[in-house]
Amino acid sequence: MSDVLAEISNLQISFKDENGVLRPAVRNLSLTLGREKLGIVGESGSGKSLTGRALVGVLPSGAHVSADRLVFDGVDLQKCSSKERRHLRGNRMGMILQDPKYSLNPIMPVGKQIIEALRVSKKMSKAKARDAVYQILEAVQIRDVQRVFKLYPHEVSGGMAQRIMIAMMLVREPDLLIADEPTSALDVTVQLSVLEILETLVEKRNMGLILISHDLGLVNHFCDRVLVMYAGRVVEELQANKLYEAKHPYTQGLLNCMPSINGSLGPLPVLDRDPNWLN
Amino acid sequence: MSTKMINIKDLCVWFGEGQQRTQVLKNINLQIARGESFGLVGESGSGKSTILRTAMGLVEDYSGEISIDGINTRTGDYKALIRCAQMLFQDPYASLHPRFTVGQAITEVMKINAIDNHQQKMVDLLLSIGLTAEHQYRYPHELSGGQRQRVALARSLALEPDVLLLDEPTSALDASIQAEMLNLLNKLKQSLGLTYIIVSHDIAVVSYMCDRFAVMSQGKVVEILSREQLRSGDIQCEYTQKLIAASEY
Amino acid sequence: MNKAKELDTPLQSLGQARRAQLLKFWHRFKRNKLGLLGLGISITLVLLAIFAPLLATHDPYEPALYERLTAPGAEFWLGSDELGRDIYTRILYGTRLTLFIVLLVILTSAPIGLLIGASSGFFGGWVDKVLMRITDIFLSIPKLMLALAFVAALGPGIVNAAIAITLTAWPPYARLARAETLAIRKSDYISAIRLAGASRFRIIFRHIVPMCMSSVIVRMTFDMAGIILIAAGLGFIGLGAQPPLPEWGAMISVGRKFIFDQWWVAAMPGIAIFVVSLGFNLLGDALRDLLDPHLRNR
Repeated sequence: MSDVLAEISNLQISFKDENGVLRPAVRNLSLTLGREKLGIVGESGSGKSLTGRALVGVLPSGAHVSADRLVFDGVDLQKCSSKERRHLRGNRMGMILQDPKYSLNPIMPVGKQIIEALRVSKKMSKAKARDAVYQILEAVQIRDVQRVFKLYPHEVSGGMAQRIMIAMMLVREPDLLIADEPTSALDVTVQLSVLEILETLVEKRNMGLILISHDLGLVNHFCDRVLVMYAGRVVEELQANKLYEAKHPYTQGLLNCMPSINGSLGPLPVLDRDPNWLN
Repeated sequence: MSTKMINIKDLCVWFGEGQQRTQVLKNINLQIARGESFGLVGESGSGKSTILRTAMGLVEDYSGEISIDGINTRTGDYKALIRCAQMLFQDPYASLHPRFTVGQAITEVMKINAIDNHQQKMVDLLLSIGLTAEHQYRYPHELSGGQRQRVALARSLALEPDVLLLDEPTSALDASIQAEMLNLLNKLKQSLGLTYIIVSHDIAVVSYMCDRFAVMSQGKVVEILSREQLRSGDIQCEYTQKLIAASEY
Repeated sequence: MNKAKELDTPLQSLGQARRAQLLKFWHRFKRNKLGLLGLGISITLVLLAIFAPLLATHDPYEPALYERLTAPGAEFWLGSDELGRDIYTRILYGTRLTLFIVLLVILTSAPIGLLIGASSGFFGGWVDKVLMRITDIFLSIPKLMLALAFVAALGPGIVNAAIAITLTAWPPYARLARAETLAIRKSDYISAIRLAGASRFRIIFRHIVPMCMSSVIVRMTFDMAGIILIAAGLGFIGLGAQPPLPEWGAMISVGRKFIFDQWWVAAMPGIAIFVVSLGFNLLGDALRDLLDPHLRNR
């Protein structure tokens, strides 16, 4: 297996507006991903989610995609049949979305769902699958696995549901996991623990992770490298621990506009959006 | 004129009926002074928004007493209450009527309360919250989230209230838009002499906006802190510590 | 994409804002070709009804027995009936009756249903229970049967037929409006207007009813097709419009006697009914794609 897990070069995603004119939502985006944790940060409408979705192949209908290269582990995604892409999605890539309640089947106990997810991608006996699921549920720090196994999605809390979602994605042992705002729907006190679980598991299994979030601080804390997106473009790429050395005024603006517990009580600095950023 | 603007005494609230009836707020006691910004922090389901909704008469199954500027929210004159206190909702995508233009949404409030010269006042309001007169002819779906929240704010100011109850006013907005909104709220408070209750899950936002705040968990106030106490680390409650840790990665 | 949209063209008045919305709606509607066809049929129907006297080639009522049951040709474009009247002219005048019944039924049943449904959903409690049980009773009887019973009681005739159809047509609107109201009434924008001190009356009529309108309009368009069929059905069994009125259902009924030898007597009004109800259905489909809140975000 090569070190480069995914490679995107010159990706464009556009949508038709109500007058039928194509409006680009992502422009000239290029990135290379190894077995590392990459963060993509941006505000709503910056195209960060679309980028992740383009890789997995679950863009909303009506999206026009073009790219010079869109490669996952040596496989050219643009030449794949939809069956091959589905196979990749099921086995080698996973995606975790913001609200776990919409991603889990509401009429099936969670344990059974994870077993199903596992048996679709890997042929194995029921008993063996069950053992694997018990293990993964323990790995996402669910205590009392026996009980949770039989619960329906509406019977678990948001934080628990997102951990189950993570378990469901990780149990197939994918090479790449894309987490799109995985903790935004959760309470602040739960967010950290869920992300810590995700981070440890990703590291232990040597997977690639793309963490998509609006929260610079959060991404900084968990990733090796951060891309900052603005209006469909990458405006800056940073080593995560050097986030506070950001050069681009947009990144600096994002960092400064957050209130903090020990910060000044004067007016918060406001982002001045310079049209030149778009060039 | 008393210095106490809002007085909440022994407030208990229930949701649901019959066997499903569950208590969501347990014996809340809060006093908020005139001109103060008071914060309510806690996780979702802790009941912080419910306090605001109950104060505005949107929740009926409650015991205890709430009074705003001396008006009892259960027995007092509702018209007087709403001219004294208004509420701003969390989700700017749900709080504006999709079939009303911005101008109509704001003048509708004034028409109901027989305020004259509403056309001019509406334009003044739009200007004061950083929009233009031209925005009055726009429908909500033509505006961004931040602009909608400004419109909702203008609507809640249309009755010239003394108190604004802000329910997660910025949690649906991007960080850079949040900063603009918080600055605007502070500016309005200065110029109009408003009293705020600000509900948020973000302790950083609350500590920036409020001099004093209550930490809530599972329907109870677990701690009331001042900004100084927060900054000096004079904190008793473990849950508060957790909230602070979560905001400081 | 919630990016702040540029305010492309400055607007100066409320009328302009509304016109801009309508224009946008039209641009989206335009893309549905079948919808345009449906709209075309509906507009044609209205125009034909208005200009019927100008377009007619004969008198719709004057019998000409020596020319009875003539096949379609140069003199009688769509043939003549058993009294020698021109079928083309009669179908043309029939559009007036059809439109009259459809409009009468729609303009009475939709507001009744809307009012009952919106009040039911908004007030809840016993008001809801009583109103909805009444609605259920009306809904549980087949429409044509109920209309038949009413016409039988009221006596045959075109206005009575319309009243009878109205009595059967309102319950679906009530159901629809109630469902919409239940969804809307807890929304923040209704809470906000309550906090502005609006009366219940004002909330229902100014704030809730407009939100129900789009689904009601869609339902109305579909209903028009059904109403035409029921009106024709009543006409067919002799309980609707009475001879010599050129009502399409009654015309088919007469043509039944000659259906094997002079097929056009029954077929021509049949085709008219088919085309018009198809037109309304196509229009309804297109409107639903644009207006239905459940389909809108797809």
